[in-house]
Amino acid sequence: MGILDRHKAIETHATLLMVLSLLVVTIGGIVQIVPLFYLENTIEKVEGVRPYTPLELAGRSIYIREGCYGCHSQMIRPMRDEVERYGHYSLAAESMYDYPFQWGSKRTGPDLARVGGRYSDEWHVDHFTYARDVVPESVMPPYGFLLGNVIDGEYIQDPVETNRMVGVPYSDEMVQKALVDFTAQADPLGDYDGLEARYGDAAFGTPINVRNFDGQPALTEMDALIAYIQVLGTMVDFSTFTPVANR
Amino acid sequence: MWDYLKLIGLGLVAVLAAIAANYAHDLAYQVNAITVMLAAAIAFLWVLRTAGDVRPALQNEYFDGVIRAGAIATGFWGIVGFLVGLVIALQLAFPALNFEFLQGYGNFGRLRPLHTSAVIFAFGGNALIMSSFYIVQRTSAARLFGGNLGWFVFWGWQLVIVLAATGYVLGATQGKEYAEPVWYVDILITVVWVAFLITFMGTLFKRKEPHIYVANWFLLSMILTVAMLHLVNNAAIPVSIFGSAQVQAYSGVQDAMVQWWYGHNAVGFFLTAGFLGMMYYFVPKQAERPVFSYKLSIIHFWALIFLYIWAGPHHLHYTALPDWASTLGMVFSIMLWMPSWGGMINGLMTLSGAWDKLRTDPIIRMMVVSIGFYGMSTFEGPMMSIKAVNSLSHYTDWTIGHVHSGALGWNGMITFGVLYYLVPRLWNRQGLYSLGLVSWHFWLATIGIVLYASSMWVSGIMEGLMWREVDANGFLVNAFADTVAAKFPMYVVRALGGGLFLTGALIMCYNLWMTVRAQPQQATRHSAVPAE
Repeated sequence: MGILDRHKAIETHATLLMVLSLLVVTIGGIVQIVPLFYLENTIEKVEGVRPYTPLELAGRSIYIREGCYGCHSQMIRPMRDEVERYGHYSLAAESMYDYPFQWGSKRTGPDLARVGGRYSDEWHVDHFTYARDVVPESVMPPYGFLLGNVIDGEYIQDPVETNRMVGVPYSDEMVQKALVDFTAQADPLGDYDGLEARYGDAAFGTPINVRNFDGQPALTEMDALIAYIQVLGTMVDFSTFTPVANR
Repeated sequence: MWDYLKLIGLGLVAVLAAIAANYAHDLAYQVNAITVMLAAAIAFLWVLRTAGDVRPALQNEYFDGVIRAGAIATGFWGIVGFLVGLVIALQLAFPALNFEFLQGYGNFGRLRPLHTSAVIFAFGGNALIMSSFYIVQRTSAARLFGGNLGWFVFWGWQLVIVLAATGYVLGATQGKEYAEPVWYVDILITVVWVAFLITFMGTLFKRKEPHIYVANWFLLSMILTVAMLHLVNNAAIPVSIFGSAQVQAYSGVQDAMVQWWYGHNAVGFFLTAGFLGMMYYFVPKQAERPVFSYKLSIIHFWALIFLYIWAGPHHLHYTALPDWASTLGMVFSIMLWMPSWGGMINGLMTLSGAWDKLRTDPIIRMMVVSIGFYGMSTFEGPMMSIKAVNSLSHYTDWTIGHVHSGALGWNGMITFGVLYYLVPRLWNRQGLYSLGLVSWHFWLATIGIVLYASSMWVSGIMEGLMWREVDANGFLVNAFADTVAAKFPMYVVRALGGGLFLTGALIMCYNLWMTVRAQPQQATRHSAVPAE
């Protein structure tokens, strides 16, 4: 136990103790985090994943604001039951534009990674307003107030621009037309050609959901949230995906 | 001169906060800005009224005022945090308690971060700050470094709590578990935490004891590591300086890894290393026995802080995180069992020759049970980090049960023991008001934890099994909604357990209050003498 006797040097020098313990606690993080930023197989090469439209981005911020991640995961694991229940297991590529990630850690409610397109907009409005009307066993809180929160997209350009700063490939045009695209997506009678050209089939291979999501004349937080919910898990083109064994 | 600088600084903060409130993009930001303005204005008035006062330099007396305040804050935020926890537990059992007229402000999703932050950072944080100020002064035989910096740490931390809590309810959150505070609260946390480090290190530098006591190793590594975790995990760009929104610096898989590196080590350092520091001082004190093994404390200290930081990826088994990272996380989590139990053994065996005190001293009983729960949850944790076990336990209530056997059993009980130890000493009272009430608290809390943990084991394992159940033809047997309905009885039992735990804490607050009010004074013994 000779080496332990030398510990006196550390425990009689405050600076040495500080420096050594800081060194010891940095190692694990460096080994586990840093390679994820440069190992090429960390994020699968698949087609279809696109930046969120401004309305979806606004819906995502409502999802975060309401703390949905506390009860819903967005990460399907590759077990048989999960794939049966929710669909193809989640890829890292599907959340590469999620700042921050929303994988979650708890399923008080079901996984939402592929909930997009599973239910109608009307179902979602009913379900958000009073979940037990459509799922009697549900313990989800009521979100009917979202129908009354009218949003005008006044500051919508700011989050699009900030997302671009951290690495989401929004083009100059996407940033400048953020407000136009924001209102166009919830107005099927309006002019949404620009939105479709920037985010839709031609650019990323899948058409954009352009609908009056909540069925009300006004553009509300409910529109934004359903626009976000309806795009979840619908982006990846799985014909371009090949699993890699060494990942 | 220094007072004038303070006045100018506080005045500036108040004016800037008022301007920010005026231009606010969202309600949460506006309310937070007004809160900061009021806090700065109150501090301004206080500095103004006391400016120029002659303050005696109390170099030979411990700085205990801030610790008394910390003890009160620990009790207060404990009650708040437990109460919100009880409310959200009841909301899961009876969803009608998510009242519609509250327009979402009282929904589970907004109250849940309020609960987690209140118990971890408000209750746990105040307990840690308070006890590290106490421990570092006593074991260094020196007054807390930095004059009133200790008060800045205390009030700054309370401001952080108030800003974060009101922010969550009004909709300001970063959307990362246990790191929900938004960017400007994160900046304030950083400032307060650096001040905390300065007071702590400064006191160590001027210590009169040649050796730094083992409790301080743990507390120092806690302060340093939490600073590192906080800075890296909260890296973000504000969307506007007049709004609470921000965009994280990392996304998807990298963000997940950074988040759980942070999240697991918030447990590992905030709730483990820091509280082990409390254990290493207060258990020997209360038992009046030296620490069991000095060599064991060296080994388990370095092993614990080295291994803990690797354990994060076990929160991401079978996700889109690459396999190599999650396997590393699993292996290190299992190894972590050993230093964890090293700490448990060192704490429990400190009672060698004093086990009879378990019969007569309910405070020692509380501390021993807390170490017992520490041992239990540090066995359960490595077990749950094994991939095969995790495939069942992940996403279920089992995780919630695991967390609470650690948080209520270990962090809660050791903090209660420390409060019972500290309050009579800090207020110079001859012992506690009632040891009988301590026993009531002990049994209510223990039974509460047992009900909580066992109901969540049942609920978690049941739902995990129900999710994966397939019939002879290979079809899933249960709809998701079936599993929700099946959990109802366990949710009621869990809320009952939480209610018992809260009742115990209320009894403690009454007991401590009566100790200060009604117990006779004891002669002062505040002067700095070398640690025994």
